[in-house]
Amino acid sequence: MSKKTENTVMSEQKQNNKLFAMTGLFDTPDEIMHAASEASKKYRKFDVHTPYPVHGMDDAMGLGESPIGWVTLIIGTTCMLLFLGFIAWVSLVNYPNIWAGKPYFNLPGYIPILFEVTVLTGAVSTVLILFFIVSGFPRNNHPLHDTPYMQRTSDDKFGLCLEAADAAFDEAEAKGLLEQLGAKQVQPVYFDPVEEKSGLSLTSPVFLVVSAFVTVGIATLAYFALNRMVFMPPFTFMNQQERVVAQTPNGIFADGRSMQLPVEGTVARGLMPYPFKLDDPNQAQAMAGKYMANPLPVTAAVLQTGKMQFESKCSACHGYYGEGDSRLRGLFPAPPTLHSKKVTEWEDANIYHVITNGQNLMPSYAKQLTRDERWAVVHYVRALQRSLKPKETDVQ
Amino acid sequence: MSSTTHAIHYEKKNLPALAGTIGWGVLIAGLAVAGASFAMDPLRAKYSSIMLFMFLAGVGVCSLFMVAIEYLAGAVWSTPLRRVFEILASTVLFLPLFALPILPFMQDLYLWTHETDEILARKAAYLNQPFFLIRLALILGIWILFYKLYSSRSLKQDTTGDQQMTHKNVKMSALFIPVFGISITALAIDFLMSLEPHWFSTMFGVNFFAGSLVAALGVLTIAVILLNENGYLIKGIIGDHYYSLGFGMFAGCVFWTYTAFSQGMLIWYANLPEETPWFLHRWEGSWKVITIALILVHFIGPLFGLIQRKNKRNPHRMLFMAAWVIFAHMLDLYWIVVPVFQPKGPTLALTEFGFIAIAVGFLIVLVTQQAKKKNLVAIGDPKLQRGLAFRL
Repeated sequence: MSKKTENTVMSEQKQNNKLFAMTGLFDTPDEIMHAASEASKKYRKFDVHTPYPVHGMDDAMGLGESPIGWVTLIIGTTCMLLFLGFIAWVSLVNYPNIWAGKPYFNLPGYIPILFEVTVLTGAVSTVLILFFIVSGFPRNNHPLHDTPYMQRTSDDKFGLCLEAADAAFDEAEAKGLLEQLGAKQVQPVYFDPVEEKSGLSLTSPVFLVVSAFVTVGIATLAYFALNRMVFMPPFTFMNQQERVVAQTPNGIFADGRSMQLPVEGTVARGLMPYPFKLDDPNQAQAMAGKYMANPLPVTAAVLQTGKMQFESKCSACHGYYGEGDSRLRGLFPAPPTLHSKKVTEWEDANIYHVITNGQNLMPSYAKQLTRDERWAVVHYVRALQRSLKPKETDVQ
Repeated sequence: MSSTTHAIHYEKKNLPALAGTIGWGVLIAGLAVAGASFAMDPLRAKYSSIMLFMFLAGVGVCSLFMVAIEYLAGAVWSTPLRRVFEILASTVLFLPLFALPILPFMQDLYLWTHETDEILARKAAYLNQPFFLIRLALILGIWILFYKLYSSRSLKQDTTGDQQMTHKNVKMSALFIPVFGISITALAIDFLMSLEPHWFSTMFGVNFFAGSLVAALGVLTIAVILLNENGYLIKGIIGDHYYSLGFGMFAGCVFWTYTAFSQGMLIWYANLPEETPWFLHRWEGSWKVITIALILVHFIGPLFGLIQRKNKRNPHRMLFMAAWVIFAHMLDLYWIVVPVFQPKGPTLALTEFGFIAIAVGFLIVLVTQQAKKKNLVAIGDPKLQRGLAFRL
């Protein structure tokens, strides 16, 4: 069947139906531009269909500025502010926490995410509004569908479509106008009652059921992915990792241990060997006093360190002023005072030796205090002693 | 898009003598103020020279960049305007003159010229005066060379209509764009970033480029609209062409904000002692006001002023927004340069306005002088007809 006869048959079939529009096809973009600007003088409800975007068409059709930009702006800005409020609530009320030394409300750090939220919500809402309001989604029928007019305008022709809904529409006049503008094929397009009935709308059961399935499906998948799948192999919430776990057997090494001993003769970084560890503690004490001297100068900073360490680690037994007034209420025997003649006459190194190795009931404090801290404590003990027996120069 | 051909009617009209007179008047007044300032308030005059030089360098070379981008991208909207771009790009010919007042006073302006410490000693291989001058000569020389080549071919095409000229310029643009990127970065580092030589930022060059592009588009917009609305260009340049210029200004402002914010936020987040002082200086005292004003003027204002299509197609609103973004770029330069010399807070004197008058007067004189010799439209360009038929 040739195209012409087909069209005639279609017109005959449809002529009893309601008229949707009068359409005309043009050959060149210049012709359609001219036709659109002429049509815009009389008609409001008309449209132009072209196989590719024709620049300048907005002006030719007299469309003016589209309000869709305002939709994007308002929704984007609103969502940005809502999100800012959410961040503020999280970081100030719900879970205040200091990150990287910044204040609780950390605006510069939020700007990238606010920007992205604005773009995302603005773009998605614009598309959704175009879908639902402008295109009438989920409507899936349109009188222009499957017409020869639409076939040609999506291929090589430029079409002008004057809609019957326009107040100024008159069938004969519209036809005359299109022919006068130089349209090659002028055809009426009718509504198809069968299609109109079967078309989808927001309330049609098919659409509602499909939407429900899609929603439930996406929600289920998201729930499964975020709450179940991450705990399944091979993810197992990243618990199974190819790594050596401390204190467990391991087949890699010959001795079957995962923690290997250091090579014989290894010295720890910063280790200072302590030479005065003899079998006879008294001799060791004497040797230390003879051959060691306090390496730290007496400065405010050193005394401050010594005071801090003394008060946190020594004062529980020795008392804040070294008088042997233990705060332990007899739970541990109180040591003698540090202001005794013996301790006062000791060399610095003797005190250092006692802190390092312990004496009688006092354990070694070498693990709790570093070498420098111990010497600083020695200085502080000296300062305490002098505070009870000041020299004349100190009083001035 | 129009497929029918129309013959191009361009009749060269001379600009009114008044325009040239105004230009010379403003320029001479500015020069007088600047000269007096060098005697009375020398430091202010010296650092204002840096701002003047960098402003004109940015406007000139970014106009040249717009010419190159048109060739490279095959853009048609800017073809009817390209001669105006070329005329403003000829600013690069005069840049050595504007660099001259800075060079004798480098000891007063740049710390690295006379002091050294552990950091500066390591930078000395780059930051030293002989190499600085070599770089400056090289950068300005390259720009002048490229301008001469673009301009001479474009002018030759006016009479011959030789399409080969367009092809040559397209190929040259592919070379110019990377050269431009490196040279404008180097210039920004040399003249602006080295004012505080201990500080560094890899975003600095691109930030200066973005600001300069905005200012250049502002100057181009003002020139195009004033010439076209008074009928000195060709029939067919309409709001859609202005729209494209406005689009560029809008994009430039947003791009500037992006680079400036990235630079600021990364430094703020990392909180490293060698990076933060530059921003601390600009967040102390009344400089904080300028910093906040810069965000409003350089980002929020253009964002809302230029986002609407009807504003970009309206010549009056475009003139206003063009002046706005030029002011924004000047504020940006002020914010970069002056805190180094006025750490307590911003101060203004007649000097700054004198230097602004020099820039304005110079650009007016440049256009009026060049308009005497050249056609204001590239009438031989094969893309001109399509450019005039450009619609959104």
